Amino acid sequence: MNKLKSMSPATRTNFLTYAAVILTFAILQPLSAAGKISPTLQGQLVPVCAYVVMALSLNLTVGVLGELSLGHAGFMSVGAFSGAVCASALQNVIPASGLRLGVSMVVGALLAGIVGTIISVPVLRLNGDYLAIVTLAFGQIIKSIVENLYVGVDAKGLHFSFLQPTMRLGEGGRMILNGPMGIPNISKISTFLAGFILIMVTLAVIFNLVNSRSGRAIMALRDNRIAAESVGINVIKYKMMAFVISAALAGAAGALFSLGQNTIVASKFDFNMSILILVYVVLGGQGKMWGSILAASFLTILPETAAMRDLKDYRMLAYAIVLILVMLATNSPALKGFFARFFRRKEDKTEKGGAQ
Amino acid sequence: MAMPKREPTKLVPVPSTNIIPERDVDKSPILECRHLGIDFGGLTAVNDFNMAIGRTEIAGLIGPNGAGKTTVFNLLTKVYQPTRGTILLDGVDTHSMSTVQVNKAGIARTFQNIRLFSNLSVEDNVKLGLHNHISYGLWQGLFRLPGYWQGEKVAHERAMELLSIFDMENLASTKAGSLPYGAQRRLEIVRALATNPSLLLLDEPAAGMNPSETAELMENIVKIRDTFQIAVLLIEHDMSLVMSICEGICVLNFGQIIAKGTPDEIQADPVVIEAYLGKQKEG
Ligand SMILES: Nc1ncnc2c1ncn2[C@@H]1O[C@H](COP(=O)(O)OP(=O)(O)O)[C@@H](O)[C@H]1O
Ligand SMILES: [Mg+2]
Repeated sequence: MNKLKSMSPATRTNFLTYAAVILTFAILQPLSAAGKISPTLQGQLVPVCAYVVMALSLNLTVGVLGELSLGHAGFMSVGAFSGAVCASALQNVIPASGLRLGVSMVVGALLAGIVGTIISVPVLRLNGDYLAIVTLAFGQIIKSIVENLYVGVDAKGLHFSFLQPTMRLGEGGRMILNGPMGIPNISKISTFLAGFILIMVTLAVIFNLVNSRSGRAIMALRDNRIAAESVGINVIKYKMMAFVISAALAGAAGALFSLGQNTIVASKFDFNMSILILVYVVLGGQGKMWGSILAASFLTILPETAAMRDLKDYRMLAYAIVLILVMLATNSPALKGFFARFFRRKEDKTEKGGAQ
Repeated sequence: MAMPKREPTKLVPVPSTNIIPERDVDKSPILECRHLGIDFGGLTAVNDFNMAIGRTEIAGLIGPNGAGKTTVFNLLTKVYQPTRGTILLDGVDTHSMSTVQVNKAGIARTFQNIRLFSNLSVEDNVKLGLHNHISYGLWQGLFRLPGYWQGEKVAHERAMELLSIFDMENLASTKAGSLPYGAQRRLEIVRALATNPSLLLLDEPAAGMNPSETAELMENIVKIRDTFQIAVLLIEHDMSLVMSICEGICVLNFGQIIAKGTPDEIQADPVVIEAYLGKQKEG
């Protein structure tokens, strides 16, 4: 305990966050294995982990980098579909489901990271509102692309087709991804343990990043871009770094999520999903990782409980209201700047007069 | 804002270089501006700005509010791209450089409206100044490899050393945004120094400071110049500060240099007195 007190407040918070996650897992895992928790909660364990990682990774963009992203579900989608395709294609190659899941999550992360890199080239030359709107558009584009993508597998490997549902596959070949129908019959290989590990890895990545030279540079951009440039910090490089790491983590979460479902369709990862995750981040507090974990956990489980199920249709409405209220109550430059544009036309543009 | 009419004939001819201190004259100047100018739409904010600064000179840039002083800093640091003219930093044309490259080439600055990384600690602010002098990369940081620990240790020691210039070591873990005003200004100077510049630009470093803080700051600016052997160009409204520590002074009015010289020459210059000193002492 003395050691805990001697830590800096930030280190202590990080340490306690790790500890709380480990403790929760240590309690829930044996209960879950013994079948002592309700079927509803049981079914939610993996999705909750995925949403927690989504919230954490978005918090890297919103809370640490200070840019508003409205297309985070797009990266989850890339990870979900690439991960599920990968797992399906490797079914016979890697029989061990744990390893196959791990490989699929890495593939999901890599692909989402690559897509994030491609997207970041145009996106990161923009700031604030413009960046937010472009990420929104990007989320829609990903959805349309996946809805029109067909993937099959046969002895020769994977076959891709865009817009054309018909595909000539060799002997024993089968379709994996069927455009708007998504991926049916996924073998559910995601486990609570894998979800727990992914959360821990995500926390380690974010905490280690934030406490390193690169993470400091990212936070410097958030606090004062002009000052950051004046001390020689490359804005594009560090914005991209945050954005791509955030995308890759979301991709891993996507793979974890999809491999815990029977079926996934592209329309699941829509604008509503992006907003949902943004609500977790805003509600939990920007830059506060433990806040994201709590908000994502509760807001995922709560609507599934018997008492709330009837009200599920009003969920997005409730979240929208929560988002507005929290924004009014907190001081978030990224969000405030964005919405102030719609509520108040005359925004004081501090950057306009150059560097005073 | 009504601009008072100036008689062009009243302008003194502008020498092409500044008064460079004796000890620096045989070395090339660290900074040379030639016919530097910028227009914002129809407004000529700075025009035909010529100046040279010696390698260890403390130079002053003064003039009434809106004269274009901060704009000169923004031109030197490439926040703005000049419309006309050349900037030579240690003999190298900065034309194609960005703000980041200019900093790496040796210009560091502070801002008139303090721009700290206000949510980060004082130490982190200084470490950000050291950013390009810490050698480990992303992966070493993510995996906490030996390079990370080594790099952070060196950065911490260097940051503390720099903070000790202003006796600020005990504030290392304080959030920069919650420092008192004077300390924020001092931290900005430390952060700029951390980038290891050869020219330090200070935009109204004494603004908002009380007389004793100002006096201490003056001592420290001289100390910094002596210790680091760098040039300092400062914008300041506090005439006692400018006149006592600057070796060469440049007076700007409506974007135009109206006088250059030593403090004594400037104080005796009738054009300066009319345009600035006599009329609005506090600017
Ligand atoms: N980005 C800009 N756009 C338009 N006008 C500007 C800009 N930056 C500075 N100016 C104008 O240039 C003039 C000089 O400003 P400044 O350099 O800030 O003066 P000061 O000498 O007080 O530091 C002012 O009239 C100011 O309005
Ligand atoms: Mg100014």
